[in-house]
Amino acid sequence: MEPFDFVEVKVPAKPEYVGVVRLSTSGIANRMGFSYEDIEDLKVAISEAITNAVKHAYKETDEGEITIGFGVYSDRLEIMVADHGGSFDLSNVKEDIGPYQQNDAIEDLREGGFGLFLIDALMDKVEISSRYGVIVLMTKYLSENEVGQDGDQISTTQ
Amino acid sequence: MNLTIDVTNKEHKSVVSLSGEIDAFTAPKLKEELLPLTKEEGKTVEVDLNNVNYMDSTGLGVFISALKSTKEHDSELKLVHMQERVHRLFKITGLTEIMNIDSTVQGGI
Repeated sequence: MEPFDFVEVKVPAKPEYVGVVRLSTSGIANRMGFSYEDIEDLKVAISEAITNAVKHAYKETDEGEITIGFGVYSDRLEIMVADHGGSFDLSNVKEDIGPYQQNDAIEDLREGGFGLFLIDALMDKVEISSRYGVIVLMTKYLSENEVGQDGDQISTTQ
Repeated sequence: MNLTIDVTNKEHKSVVSLSGEIDAFTAPKLKEELLPLTKEEGKTVEVDLNNVNYMDSTGLGVFISALKSTKEHDSELKLVHMQERVHRLFKITGLTEIMNIDSTVQGGI
């Protein structure tokens, strides 16, 4: 299996925590070497996903939690947002997610108007599963001219 | 991670100066302040976004509501001094077509 670091963040499903997750995302993306523009895109995408999850959670109960999982790979960042509050296994969840289709029944996610549209526009890949609550999996690749801070990515001359 | 809203009222114009971030947490407060201003006939509501360094679709939603309200009440909405990053969201969503946005974009290319 491809090696990766995994970071999990759990926050109450309340609007005041959207900014907290945005800052966490910015920190992880910055560590990975993403460009300023890409980090700004990631901040919007993650905020949209959390906003959707907050709205979704509020429909069920006021006491919801949102779990955010960051898969840090050498060439990309995968972010998973789940609104059921429980922890999840990265590889298990990925098996159940199909690509986002324009005609999928995603009324709940569309409530924010442009939310999901922006996620789709700003990320390289977006997948949605509603099998265990609603889970959004989004991926952004490091472009070739962006250099990660992991030693194995940097070629050095002796 | 907050939004400061500063309203200056002139005779036929209100200037709304925003500073901070517009997201799911701060957007409801902005909507509450902005919408009543658009309900005065003949009024121009100018929103200064010079110090807004972050905005997402919740902000777009507020400005769409405000724009709808200006059509109903015969007032006008203007967005000025928008930063390039914020302007990008209006471009991606196609809202630059229907919004009155000051063409001198801050930090634009």
